[in-house]
Amino acid sequence: LNPRHSNLDALENHSVFLLREAHHAFRNMAMPWSMGKDSNVLLWLSLKAFFGKVPYPLLHIDTTYEFPEMIEFREWATKHYGIRVVVKVNTEARARGIGYETHDPVTVTHELKTVALKQALAEHKWDALITGIRRDEDATRAKERYFSPRDADSEWHYKHQPPQFWGQFAIRNAPGEHVRVQPLLDWTEVDIWRYIEREKIPIPQLYFARNGKRYRSLGCQPITHPIESNAATIAEIIAELEATRSSERAGRAQDHYEPHAMQKLRARGFM
Amino acid sequence: VKIVFVGHVDHGKSTLIGRILEATTSLPEGKIEALRASCKAQGQQFEYAFVLDALAEEQQQNITIDTTQIHFRTAARSYVIIDAPGHEEFLKNMITGAASAEAAIIVIAADEGAREQSRRHGQLLSLLGIRQVLVVVNKMDLVNFSEGAFRKIEEEYRGFLDSIGLAARAFVPVSARDGVNIAEGTNSVMPWSNGPSLLAAIDALEPTGSVAEQPLRFPIQDVYRMDGRRILAGRIESGTLRIGEQLLFSPHHKTARVATIERWPDSAVETAVAGESIGITLREQIFIERGHVASHEADAPIESNRIYARVFWIGAEPLRPGSAYRLKLVTQDVECQVVAVGKVIDAATLDSAATGRDEIRINEVGEVTLQTRAPVVLDNHDRVPALGRFILSDAERLLGGGIVSGAHYPAASSVKSDNIFWSESEITAERRAARNQHRGAVIWLTGLSGAGKSTIARALEKELFRLSMHTYVLDGDNLRHGLNANLGFAPEDRAENIRRVAEVAKLMADAGTVVITSFISPYRNDRARARAIALQAGAEFLEIFVDAPLAVCEERDPKGLYQKARAGKLKGFTGIDAPYEHPEDPEIVVRTHEQTAAQCVDQILGTLLLRLRLTNRR
Repeated sequence: LNPRHSNLDALENHSVFLLREAHHAFRNMAMPWSMGKDSNVLLWLSLKAFFGKVPYPLLHIDTTYEFPEMIEFREWATKHYGIRVVVKVNTEARARGIGYETHDPVTVTHELKTVALKQALAEHKWDALITGIRRDEDATRAKERYFSPRDADSEWHYKHQPPQFWGQFAIRNAPGEHVRVQPLLDWTEVDIWRYIEREKIPIPQLYFARNGKRYRSLGCQPITHPIESNAATIAEIIAELEATRSSERAGRAQDHYEPHAMQKLRARGFM
Repeated sequence: VKIVFVGHVDHGKSTLIGRILEATTSLPEGKIEALRASCKAQGQQFEYAFVLDALAEEQQQNITIDTTQIHFRTAARSYVIIDAPGHEEFLKNMITGAASAEAAIIVIAADEGAREQSRRHGQLLSLLGIRQVLVVVNKMDLVNFSEGAFRKIEEEYRGFLDSIGLAARAFVPVSARDGVNIAEGTNSVMPWSNGPSLLAAIDALEPTGSVAEQPLRFPIQDVYRMDGRRILAGRIESGTLRIGEQLLFSPHHKTARVATIERWPDSAVETAVAGESIGITLREQIFIERGHVASHEADAPIESNRIYARVFWIGAEPLRPGSAYRLKLVTQDVECQVVAVGKVIDAATLDSAATGRDEIRINEVGEVTLQTRAPVVLDNHDRVPALGRFILSDAERLLGGGIVSGAHYPAASSVKSDNIFWSESEITAERRAARNQHRGAVIWLTGLSGAGKSTIARALEKELFRLSMHTYVLDGDNLRHGLNANLGFAPEDRAENIRRVAEVAKLMADAGTVVITSFISPYRNDRARARAIALQAGAEFLEIFVDAPLAVCEERDPKGLYQKARAGKLKGFTGIDAPYEHPEDPEIVVRTHEQTAAQCVDQILGTLLLRLRLTNRR
């Protein structure tokens, strides 16, 4: 480590390195983009890596249960950054009546997110997806690699992960398979906020407290719950996070529906 | 600070980490409660190890499957724990975790002492270049917190670490189960222990030294064309880079000056240092692509197509002489072949003599000589670690890692004037090779006078010509008539003679010719320099030792020179009163006292023709 560098510099430099390696290695790559804070950090790092011009399309999996503020943000950012955005809805599942009104959150999340993603993969034949997952989010994500292969059913074989070190990896995709590129693995939630603050990265307003409540993590509107908070600025959010010991995804219902829910979701292709 | 925890299976690593997280209040609220509830539901006793083993399967099998990264913070600073599994079959995961660590904690159970994996892990840490090591002697409760048991393990394992070039910062006795000696003030049962608690010992570790002071190494990741400019993107692996200074690009040995350092959204920087992912633009337009490495000319890396390394192997199929792999070193990616396997070390016993075979099996470490298809830019690992390590893979998976040693840094002749730059042709060596249907190369024949170099050179030239190849022989005597007419046979004149020949051969190879040189070239250093010069042109270089005993050469004496030298009429004659340094590792050896010239040529062609084929560059 260089004394000139803060921890954030080290994280940024490494993420940029990984994005460039991925861009070289994969011919047809896309970046899922939820417009959430991590997603926007990933977009910002992509702008850094490629000097303001993101060479791959962004993918928004629209569950049709999105917060209106998120859709507004999507439209604004698409224009502002000059990025190419693909919007994907699992219309087939919605037509079958899959929805939070009638189904449990694990089923709905699987259909409207995971299956939608598989459909998009099949349509666009992407060989790699850049995701914003972090090791500190959830114990199952702690086991991830920077370059993580997924089989044709998008399944994650966490017991047979390839070795990776010294910035090197070797993966050959068979047709239908893809690789998850995960440049934010080493970041923590607080790192993300500090970086947003330092770089002045635009993010949706839902993260900031209104009437004593704010969202710490954003998903589908019916199953995402705000936390009690008066943090109306990034500095206040960081102060709040440093004081709390409760977990970031505590407000995300699908994670807690059954024991090991997250692991089951992830093994089946959830991010 | 990134710390990797390693150790033999069941020596209590996970429990220890669980305890550290608890002692530093680093766990999310509700995590322990959730795990306790989950254990209760499954009818299991809660253990601290479960904090890490969050995957359902691990809880069932009671072993850590993969590296897990967990953050914790002491009063002094924050840490990332990498938990590496102890099971032998998970060694690839241990390496994946340990390779990025700055320090290592080796956990040894007091009741069992150092076991096979304790040693194997120690050796891999040493090989991975991790120099800061703490040894935790865990499960002291099982030996009644006895000082004698602790000292015995300390003495024995310290000796082992010595033998592999590692020195432990401290040995710390603890009981993770009972929470003894984890934090300060939790050790009332081992009053004999005068060392720090585990957390205090961890806080005493130092972050890795700065790599900004090392020589500059800037491997190019990609070239992006933006608004008519070409930005060379990459991460500085070591050293410092400044606007305006001259960079040397290897291989191919071209120079250009830094025009700008690019960052987004603004580029207002004059310097960039190790660790930074940046882009640069150049004042002079030269052809650069991924895999090229920028450095300063005064402190350049080595270019070589022979690599000597220690390799740790995690491929299922053993590494054997003749096997071909992809070699990746920073952003370089070349094909290579195993020329030889040296000592293979049994990692558990560190016994190198016992193996006595020339293959490296899974989870073993051994010495190898590799031949690459194109020159590789590298450093010895002890000089610039980032350029001194590589991985071997096939198309699908990573098979092993290697540490480079024993490469020579030839004293490169630098351009004397600051106003001379490399001028770039649009006709690249690749385009010439595509038209010629073969690559340029330098075939360097070395051997005693009378060994048969000229005969073989002429026969080889004839054969290549017959195969419609562009070829030419540079003959020692012929060059001394012109280009080298002002040189004698003193060592410095011989060195200059070889330098000029190598430079001429390089240019001809760059032009697409298969150049055959026929010179005694008695000094190893001169031949190493000739190789380095030739490789700058990206050409193949094959050193061929034309071997015949001195007595045979003397008897042949085609030019009557031995007779003159014996009579004292010729001073400094190689083999008589000047030395001939035998090649240590030539590509080919032909023995002219045992083989006919035709047989020698056939043997050379067998290797050469493969190497002259066009490469399929990605």
